[in-house]
Amino acid sequence: MALDEIKIGGLGASRRRVEDNRFIRGKGNYIDDIVLPGMLHMEILRSPVAHARIKSIDVSKAYDIPGVRLVLTGEMMAARNLAWMPTLSYDTQAVLATDKVRFQGQEVAAVIADDPYIAKDACEAIVVEYEQLPAIVNPMQAMAADSVVIRDDKENQPGNKVFDWEIGDKAATDKAFADADVISKMELHYPRSHPSPMETCGSIADFDRATGKLTVYMTSQAPHIVRAAVAMVAELPEHMIRIVSPDLGGGFGNKVPIYPGYVVSILASILTERPVKWIEDKTGNLISTGFGRDVYLQGELALRKDGKMLGMRMKTISDHGAFYADAQPSKFKIGLMHSTFACYDIPAAHLESVGYYTNKAPGGVAYRCSFRVTEAMFFQERMVHAAANDLGMDQAEFRRMNLVKDDMFPYRTAFGFLTDSGQYGKCLDIGMKAIGYSTYKAEQAEARKRGKLLGIGISTMTEPLGAGNSREYDILGIKMFDSAELRVHMTGKAILRTGAMNQGQGHQTTWAQIVAHELGIPADDVTVEEGDTDTAPFGMGTYASRSTPVAGAAVAMVSRKIRAKARKIAAHLLEVSEEDIEWELGRFYVRSNKERGVTIQDCALAAYSNMPDGMEPGLENNAYYDPPNLTWPFAAYFVKVEVDAETGVWDVLKVVAVDDCGVRINPMVVEGQIMGGLTEAYAMASMQYQTYDSEGNCIGANYMDYLLPTAWETPGFELHEVVTPCPHHPIGAKGVGECATVAGPAAFVNAVIDAVGHTGVRNIDMPMMPNRVYEALTTGKDISGMPPVKMGD
Amino acid sequence: MTSLYDEVQAAPAPGVVTRRVTIKVNGDDRTVDVEPRLLLAHLLRQGLKMTGTHSGCDSSNCGACVILFDGRPIKSCTMLAVQADGHSLETVEGLASASELHPIQEGFKEEHGLHCGFCTPGMMLAAKALLDKNNDPTEDEIRWALSGNLCRCTGYQNIVKSVLWAAKKMRAESN
Repeated sequence: MALDEIKIGGLGASRRRVEDNRFIRGKGNYIDDIVLPGMLHMEILRSPVAHARIKSIDVSKAYDIPGVRLVLTGEMMAARNLAWMPTLSYDTQAVLATDKVRFQGQEVAAVIADDPYIAKDACEAIVVEYEQLPAIVNPMQAMAADSVVIRDDKENQPGNKVFDWEIGDKAATDKAFADADVISKMELHYPRSHPSPMETCGSIADFDRATGKLTVYMTSQAPHIVRAAVAMVAELPEHMIRIVSPDLGGGFGNKVPIYPGYVVSILASILTERPVKWIEDKTGNLISTGFGRDVYLQGELALRKDGKMLGMRMKTISDHGAFYADAQPSKFKIGLMHSTFACYDIPAAHLESVGYYTNKAPGGVAYRCSFRVTEAMFFQERMVHAAANDLGMDQAEFRRMNLVKDDMFPYRTAFGFLTDSGQYGKCLDIGMKAIGYSTYKAEQAEARKRGKLLGIGISTMTEPLGAGNSREYDILGIKMFDSAELRVHMTGKAILRTGAMNQGQGHQTTWAQIVAHELGIPADDVTVEEGDTDTAPFGMGTYASRSTPVAGAAVAMVSRKIRAKARKIAAHLLEVSEEDIEWELGRFYVRSNKERGVTIQDCALAAYSNMPDGMEPGLENNAYYDPPNLTWPFAAYFVKVEVDAETGVWDVLKVVAVDDCGVRINPMVVEGQIMGGLTEAYAMASMQYQTYDSEGNCIGANYMDYLLPTAWETPGFELHEVVTPCPHHPIGAKGVGECATVAGPAAFVNAVIDAVGHTGVRNIDMPMMPNRVYEALTTGKDISGMPPVKMGD
Repeated sequence: MTSLYDEVQAAPAPGVVTRRVTIKVNGDDRTVDVEPRLLLAHLLRQGLKMTGTHSGCDSSNCGACVILFDGRPIKSCTMLAVQADGHSLETVEGLASASELHPIQEGFKEEHGLHCGFCTPGMMLAAKALLDKNNDPTEDEIRWALSGNLCRCTGYQNIVKSVLWAAKKMRAESN
């Protein structure tokens, strides 16, 4: 008898999470929980100003404090050729500043002491003399001809421009616009936002002089990339470097880059010959580490008067801060921005992107998105909303007319992506029904008579996940495959290791479910390990929703290799030829006699005790998975709001999410991911942003200024499911961790714009704080750009 | 003693001013010498090696450090260890007995009330403070009681469900 897949915790089981057992007892093992014998503590002194020449640094008073072991400055790093390090985007970033500081919060010096309090005291005793320079705080200032050059450390640096990039067919797009009946335009600003995981970054470097081995515990979503980078930068042999990512208290892209603190802690450990712990404080995390967004988005749609989209063009102007520290595939300067409009049938498109340096924190990272697709889809869905209004068409029907139809797959987008599956119209229908769309217009009109402003916003999108195939996707030249290694012990229990890195997604639980599905070994019998580069196979880590599409596929593939060997063992045990063997979940049997069979556990035991002549003993293997294509989940989000005309406060009445992420490994975990993503979408739409004053002071440097929604503000969510399996993924999964963060914000903004649209307001840039909504309502004018910062007298 | 906290056997280093405090933690009296500036969260984590209480923001905004102080939820990152002298604390390590989980812990697992787990100890203790007073709260009462605790992963809906699950079990147990 085949096993019941749900009972053994296979695909589709809402299996309770294995990792919860330690977290609910307070027994997680986060970076700051790790204590090594003889460990010293490091604190970083950061620049208080955004742009300045360093005239002098005097560390002598820091050494006067008992318990201070070492003070490191940029000069000392430079003497070891470590003052600068490469970023993941072929730029350089200062580790400790030597010549200038280029953003507020930049790392200037580090103190290593017996105790974290002493290290903090000593940082305050360091005297740095700065000669301030004008601060550049947005791309418009950066591109001005007379602008001060921020990156004067680089030869041949053209002003403050980072890159100039384009993609698409310009001539075909120009023609589409020439032929258009209607041209609809949109200009937006996607404000800077910080992923802000609850846990900050940190590391413990432990260099063992006797063996020459460097072990670094660190908060990394991609420990193998770190190992490769440390090998190259610090010129240490790769086999003598061990990177260990312990439990991560969230990541959301913030823990992908390699930060100066990690590098300084490594040198500090080498010099002191003691383990050195660095734990960033919240302000350090908010003002110096990878942010997301901060892009100006402009574009237009060429339309036929019946509503058919003919062409799209878009220009982005992005702010990368002081160092181009984006974490993204190297061929694409502005990530996968060109996935915009991928769910719509649109014949011609063109994108131009320009990036600038500013005196702000370096980045940007893929904050809970697959490399800039959040900005791409935000522009798309705000543009679609405006175009429908310009045409006088219904929001849903305009989308339905232009969405790629089920029978058009595989579909080549105007920018060259190949989307392969989906039921976009079905998702739209389910969402419309759930939100009450058919009666909504009458409800809205009736409510207006009573002075109530109701609005519904829609956002539909397909997102490119699972970067990616080796032809197109690499980081620093390393192809973006992923890996899994599976070892089945003789009693049929197993250990699985992957190159991904969990940070809350529940890999320990869900990877075991894939093994259960493929081999019939109960998920409870499979241990999952990740994050230790000495034991895990090389992988590119977890970000961009790539775990399930790439590492998850590797787990399925390695399981199949194990099954193939077990089949040979089964034939041997059953004394029949391999061709006469059939498989059902957990068991091989003889085709002619189903009663005669052996379980996968029988085969495991035989692999160690009774293998066929000539067979290599043991039952283990690995798989490196190079995906043939990206995966394309689809989402349709509906938000209903009520805006208070007297205050501009908007309340969320209902949120409906329809997600088609292909086959769901663990529905409970999938829904958890969607709700988390929707909350970040709500956060960005309503309150969560970082800005800078004209001197480059970061506004949003702590949780009193950087607002995050609590349980009180956050709305409830109604979730719906559609399953269109991915045609090329071994178990049909598409990835889901980021869809709601990507497509969600436009649904909230579209809802508020729908509610206030009668005043002629076409756009309110995020964050849609009540005063901005109120101003739009009372003036009938658009609200653009960041909320202004009031400067002191 | 060269550091900020030590069990009483160690002598303080010359020049380090300390104060001896006795704090009841999860039912056990702990007597330690601390520097007056030591934060309570740091005493728990580094001095008493109870790392379930997390330091998130250091500014009483995020709630990862919430513990119960004489039964009331407080943010231990902005309270000095010396202020706890003579008081009774409850941390996540005290929630479960040797053999069984507290219903709140079970609820968080059953209803998928956590992803990365970093906010979870603080969330559970804030929930305990609520349920100890009111074992039949409404969803709004739960959301309000947890509004001093941030979570970046879950979107809160499952946390609310977790607390409702626990409340139901606690009511059943008290009947």
